Amino acid sequence: MKSIKQFALGTAVALGVGFSGAMTTAVQAEDANYVPLLTYRTGPYAGSGIHIANGMHDYLQMLNERDGGIGGVKLALEECETGYNAQKGVECYEATKGKGALVYNPYSTGITLQLIPKAGVDKIPVLSMGYGLSAAAVGSTFPWIFNVPDTYWDGASVVIKYIGEQEGGLENLKGKKIGYIFLDAGYGREPLPLLEQLAEKYGFELLQYPVPGAEMQNQSSQWLNVRRDRPDYMVMWGWGAMNPTAVKEAVKIRFPMDKFIGVWWSAGDDDASAGGEGAKGYKALNFSGVGADFPALNDIKKHVVDAGKSSTDASTIGSTLYNRGVLNSVIIAEGIRTAQELTGKKVITGEDMRLGLEALNLDEARLAELGLKGFAHPMKVTCEDHAGSHPVFIQEWDGKKWRQASDWIEPMTDVVRPLLEAAAAEYAEKNAPWPARTEPCPN
Amino acid sequence: MLYDIFIDPFVQMYQMPDFFLQVLWEGFVAGILYALIALGFVLIFKASGVFNFAQGIMVVFAGLTLVGLNENGVPAYLALILTIGVMGVLAYGVERVVMRPLVNQPEIILLMATIGLTYFLVGFGEFVFGGEPKQMITEQLGLPTGSTAFEFGDRGLVILQHIDIAAAVIAVVMVTALGVFFNKTRIGRALRAVADDHQAALSVGISLNQIWAIVWFAAGLVALATGIMWGARSDVSFALEIVAFKALPVLILGGFTSIPGAIVGGLIIGFGEKIGELYWGGLVGGGIESWLAYIIALIFLLFRPQGLFGERIIERI
Repeated sequence: MKSIKQFALGTAVALGVGFSGAMTTAVQAEDANYVPLLTYRTGPYAGSGIHIANGMHDYLQMLNERDGGIGGVKLALEECETGYNAQKGVECYEATKGKGALVYNPYSTGITLQLIPKAGVDKIPVLSMGYGLSAAAVGSTFPWIFNVPDTYWDGASVVIKYIGEQEGGLENLKGKKIGYIFLDAGYGREPLPLLEQLAEKYGFELLQYPVPGAEMQNQSSQWLNVRRDRPDYMVMWGWGAMNPTAVKEAVKIRFPMDKFIGVWWSAGDDDASAGGEGAKGYKALNFSGVGADFPALNDIKKHVVDAGKSSTDASTIGSTLYNRGVLNSVIIAEGIRTAQELTGKKVITGEDMRLGLEALNLDEARLAELGLKGFAHPMKVTCEDHAGSHPVFIQEWDGKKWRQASDWIEPMTDVVRPLLEAAAAEYAEKNAPWPARTEPCPN
Repeated sequence: MLYDIFIDPFVQMYQMPDFFLQVLWEGFVAGILYALIALGFVLIFKASGVFNFAQGIMVVFAGLTLVGLNENGVPAYLALILTIGVMGVLAYGVERVVMRPLVNQPEIILLMATIGLTYFLVGFGEFVFGGEPKQMITEQLGLPTGSTAFEFGDRGLVILQHIDIAAAVIAVVMVTALGVFFNKTRIGRALRAVADDHQAALSVGISLNQIWAIVWFAAGLVALATGIMWGARSDVSFALEIVAFKALPVLILGGFTSIPGAIVGGLIIGFGEKIGELYWGGLVGGGIESWLAYIIALIFLLFRPQGLFGERIIERI
């Protein structure tokens, strides 16, 4: 009987979801702070997107259940399925912005690029946490976009710095070959200007291996090229099904896994475990906590997951991407709390939220207060710097789980910041007339 | 430039023979896998003259059903049998709900119906199995997972994945079985009659409905084999649906109605795109294999518009 009901429900959902492409669970009230969550639980990138979506939803839901929301006001949460598709992402944005949306988290560089020009017009900030347009870190040009804690260029500089450390100093990179395998989309191409600049500066050869979206699960040519070129290190900017396939292919050609480093979006547990025993030693950047041993995560389990108010499988709490989603929502929540303090209002607007995000100061004491001591590096946003170039660490797959394999590593801000400013100026010029900043600075 | 195009690739092949052999092997494996996907398209096209847009999602659906059943405690071999049963039910359902009402309709209508079927299976599959990728139960199915390296002294090595060898063997067995079934049996002859003209086939007592159900079931079995093999190489996820369209140039090349054409076409595309990408791709920045396959197919079409093994259709006006 249950299976018949499931079949019937499945048929209905198939017809509804399959054709509309968006499933929403509208929860809104006049006296609530409305947070739309642009997520993707379906499609080729769902393997990564589901964990992020669960983490984002569960933390905010936990605040509702445990604390009655933020500042005594409940959060109205609504998910909109984008399928990691820019067009659907914009549709989600247009469908929800009129409901009093406080902030958007596109979880796609492609969608972020579409929303950047809209944010200032609609007065709703975009939080692209560790993704999106790197140049958006320049707050004077992009007052409505936030990419705290780091840009892709920060991440790329940390990878090169780490590789330099392994080689006994950045000067020893001269003559080395560093391969870069990436999703051939805005996301994967984003770090290229920085990597090319660093290759020139330190004298290493940058070998590029683009993976088209349609070939994510068919990478044998790219990895045959890797085998022939014999790079000393491989760096990956992958997402969705690209990651586990790349790890498998690297194992297959017997590439030394301890010299294979993924960006923080190639750091999923499923990504590494796909390579089996051979994936031991695979490394990835990270800026969010490893494991589930944090009081806030225990509260999520108690108030949300065990209470049946989430679709999260309890065993995935603490996985890298789940924790990443949690950190995203911590930033949202702290942005709301800060905005409430700054404006004296309980129910805030997108403009208030922008102020809150721009005054964000998640220090060690506050992280501990949130039950997340050591979960992330303390982070601060300023009016000039919306990313902050915060330190990240390297984690290593031990065959069963990730473990932290380095201390916090500072990005090369001396190289990255001038490039960010130049890129921001170039963006403004290309999109002229780009509005000059008139928004007030809260700090 | 002329040296890079006409000389250097062959020098590389000579200087690194182990790598060239590896490229050939990878091309062979890719070709076999493309051929497996193309087979599913060919079977449906032979019986109904329609391009089955849903073949890609059938690969995903079959793979997810197999892994999903196993995740719920069903032993691997029983899950395999049950999945075959599910593909049978799907075939019957497609025949009853989608195909039967459209008998003798223009082919474009049937194509649109398979597009609708695709969206249904995507939504239904995501509802039942979730959107998360799943790892293929390769070992539980008794499929080999290791690799063997052949070393050539100081001239390098060639690595053969056992799962790739298994894929080649399974593809050969499937093609042989399907070839015998469709060429040496009454059903096979009936299928060819149906493909030529629905009404004429009906008039001589051939059950169109039965033929369509059988053919969709056979395409489902091919989808299952493809799902297992592709799933073992990466994982089973909805991204596999896109990979299925790698079969398009294979079909253009081999012909939409020929089982041997799917095999030969698959191998030509497999070898062609790997050799092209590895030895000539660097000249234009790499990443050429996704369109090189179509170029190869189009070159063949210049000389054989019906494809290598396609039927030459002469229509009198």
